[in-house]
Amino acid sequence: MTTAQAVYRELGLTDDEHDAIIERLGRVPSYTELAMFSVMWSEHCSYKSSRVELASLPTEGERVLVGPGEGAGIIEVEPGVAVAWKIESHNHPSFVEPGNGAATGVGGIVRDVLSMGARPIALLDSLRFGPLEDAGTRFLLEGVVSGISSYGNSIGVPTVGGECLFEDCYRQNPLVNVACLGVIEERVMRGRADNPGDALVLFGSATGRDGIGGASVLASAEFGDDAAAKRPSVQVGDPFTEKLLIEVALELVNRGLVTGLQDLGAGGLSCPVAEMASKSGTGMELDADIVHLREPGMEPFEIMISESQERMLATVTPERLDEVLEVCARWGLMASVPGRVTSTGRITVVAGGQEIAGVPAPALADEAPVYHRPSVRPPWAGPLQFSPSGETAPESLEEALLALLASPGIASKEWVWEQYDHMIGLGTIEGPGGDAAVIRLPGRRCAVALSVDGPGRYCQLDPYEGARLAVAEAARNVACTGARPAAVTNCLNLGSPERSEVMWQLSEIVRGIKDACLYLETPVTGGNVSFYNETSGRSIYPTPVIGMLGILEEASMAVGPALGRDGDVILLLGKTDGNDFGGSEYAQVFAGALGGRPPRLDLASEKALHAVLVRGAASGRLASAHDPSAGGVAVALTEAALAGGRGFRLSHPGTGSWRWLFSESPGRAVVSCRRDEAPTVEGLARELGVEARHLGTVCGDQLDFGPFKLSLERAREGHRNGFTSRLSTAAALRE
Amino acid sequence: MSVRAGIVLFPGSNCEQDCARALGSLGAETRIVWHQEKELSDVDIVVLPGGFAHGDYLRTGALARFSPIMEAVCAHARSGGLVIGICNGFQILCEAGLLPGALRRNVNLKFLCKWTSAYVDNSTTPFTSRAGAGRSLRLPINHFEGNWYCEAAELEDLRASGRLVLRYAENPNGSLGDVAGVCNEDFNVLGLMPHPERACEALLGSEDGAVLLGSMLDHVGAGIRSVPV
Ligand SMILES: [Mg+2]
Repeated sequence: MTTAQAVYRELGLTDDEHDAIIERLGRVPSYTELAMFSVMWSEHCSYKSSRVELASLPTEGERVLVGPGEGAGIIEVEPGVAVAWKIESHNHPSFVEPGNGAATGVGGIVRDVLSMGARPIALLDSLRFGPLEDAGTRFLLEGVVSGISSYGNSIGVPTVGGECLFEDCYRQNPLVNVACLGVIEERVMRGRADNPGDALVLFGSATGRDGIGGASVLASAEFGDDAAAKRPSVQVGDPFTEKLLIEVALELVNRGLVTGLQDLGAGGLSCPVAEMASKSGTGMELDADIVHLREPGMEPFEIMISESQERMLATVTPERLDEVLEVCARWGLMASVPGRVTSTGRITVVAGGQEIAGVPAPALADEAPVYHRPSVRPPWAGPLQFSPSGETAPESLEEALLALLASPGIASKEWVWEQYDHMIGLGTIEGPGGDAAVIRLPGRRCAVALSVDGPGRYCQLDPYEGARLAVAEAARNVACTGARPAAVTNCLNLGSPERSEVMWQLSEIVRGIKDACLYLETPVTGGNVSFYNETSGRSIYPTPVIGMLGILEEASMAVGPALGRDGDVILLLGKTDGNDFGGSEYAQVFAGALGGRPPRLDLASEKALHAVLVRGAASGRLASAHDPSAGGVAVALTEAALAGGRGFRLSHPGTGSWRWLFSESPGRAVVSCRRDEAPTVEGLARELGVEARHLGTVCGDQLDFGPFKLSLERAREGHRNGFTSRLSTAAALRE
Repeated sequence: MSVRAGIVLFPGSNCEQDCARALGSLGAETRIVWHQEKELSDVDIVVLPGGFAHGDYLRTGALARFSPIMEAVCAHARSGGLVIGICNGFQILCEAGLLPGALRRNVNLKFLCKWTSAYVDNSTTPFTSRAGAGRSLRLPINHFEGNWYCEAAELEDLRASGRLVLRYAENPNGSLGDVAGVCNEDFNVLGLMPHPERACEALLGSEDGAVLLGSMLDHVGAGIRSVPV
């Protein structure tokens, strides 16, 4: 291996990629240029392995103001009111250093939304860990949750929802996907540099050595046994600077002081410089010596790729420069003016008076090699679907229900979300613990509903069906609140793209998302792909996390999951298929097995159900709505009862059948309404072609299923303690 | 003439806008006061909102008490003006010596954001007049350090003199005597861990916060009306 080879390989570039750079430049790149290419051409920044597949996702719709390719998608909620919505992964950093990894994940997605000119107003997290009983899980879980908590709480953005699931395959590869909602205050901002002559203003934290090569080293390679050695690549977050950054960026945007704005995330300074210029067909000239630094003696290449947090880059016309710097100074935020926009189409970096990099902007931003990687259905996929799906009759229905309620996938996650400020901003109409969070937009009557869902087990059994189910569940969760599903952001978590089965999973997942999103009319407005979620050759279940945004014209009409009044009628909307056990929580708990096919999804019935829920909520007739998912209708009913602190008495022939009780058929919802309004609700369902069945009545403090009953108190205990009792076990084992 | 409230903004405070909105919705005029200001003579009520003043890197509230505005806050309190410290604001008031006791980390060593019920044990204060004695209020908490304590003898004095104004129905954080809110000797300064500003609207889960904030407005309003023109 030559010295040059050693260098670019260390930076994560392949021999072919190095050749391609030489071809673009017509010469051997300098070290600084190599560093810039290595981050910009990393999987994380360039999507070189997923770009071909992602191109097929539907991205257009009436309400989509800005689609993929910017900091965040922009969706019109009602005329003159728009929101930004985006999800991103921070999986690898969170494994290496859970607290900082998760915290900087929050910081990063907040800046993505901020870069669009939107004020961040809500966060959601989709988390995956190994088995809850593992001591290692407790360490990661506590770190991740406290990272999210300390960062999110400090910047004053509520964490309003999410999910937290446990599965052996995530043991060495936890998933930390963070979604952020923002509201546009004055105007939509873009990451562009249209005007040659504009000054570049870098504002926020000083640039230090943290996170050097984060994109290429951490996020774009699988882990071996040396995860600890990668610790220096994890950045350190400072939420108090982030809060100032939010106020400064919004003041600059709202007062019209900047012409372009982008955050610095993966790839550091190289990223906005290359992307903004490339998008506008302009160039940029930068003096690395002027960038404000945290530590002396930094090499220019370090300055160009450092992933220090809490920084943004703006383009500013020379006349407004003083005002911009005044705003930064007033908030006590550091800023420097390291260069300007040019018309050369090139990114030029100077240090010590010498030009040390001179590269065409598109070469960095857009011309990373596009890989058509081999994609092959793995040989185990077929047999897995023919293996038993864990359908064995329980000895006791009551005990089965209690075991499900206490299972890690279903048990209350209060322990997690009580550590998050989920109320700041006075917008949280529905917080964590329900189907979807409902957030009223500041100073408006309208609200949005948000849900993140990623059924890994279904996707392992069948990535196409699993992805469709993910979209359907996310949309259903949003519809349960009365919101119309409107737009999707997604985070696709996968193993190494260098393995053909992972590429097959990717293409099946994208195909599934595409079909479901087209049918449900929920375009994809952005997202991210996280590859290399494998350790020592062991990959996670393919886990597409769907972030669904729904629109509710009237926040006060939002419907929650809780049973509300004694005497109300409980209805089940949608059909139950007693064979939907593949990948179910039931199979997991009682057979410990994964096999068979995931539940069968009929998109037409699913869409019709959403219409019933949305119209039912708008008419004010639904007192509650909650969809059966993990654990089926028995668990959904129990959760609705626990949320409302009220029991029920059921009279439905299904309640004696474990298949009816625990099957996970999609396209269903448990709703309640006043007795005299039940006929209207049933009529609405009939009109839209959705089956509606009387299940029973809200009453008392017993969960009376007919063939068996248990007290609300007993159910609550199981549901509440299922999570914490396992956590304590883990602590005891470790000590 | 409406009641004027000054809400002090320390670097790292984050509940100031919520306080302004809640007080505004109850009819108060509000002004955000930057912590480096020195003047509070134009306001009737001073609010120290929740958040993480100065990042709380040293000890909760410890740095904030040295902010220039704190002298004006103390002067306002000395002259009988109403001061309410919510959450982090409560911590600052304890650090500044305006309120007894101190706040330690929650017993479970976790941040806690949840709904609680708190009893009003003294309804004769300017902060609780809208509540009947013994009334329970549904209010959310949101803190890492809300575990209030003081010396045992002092606790008895405080209880006897009716200064332990708010008491949790179910203690969430280990606070001594289940104390959720405490007044100074003159009953014009209140510190409390629950966030009344988050509970002024049924749609958000409770209107009980308006009982506390509204009582303050009543108290000041009565004063304003009683001043001869
Ligand atoms: Mg649900």
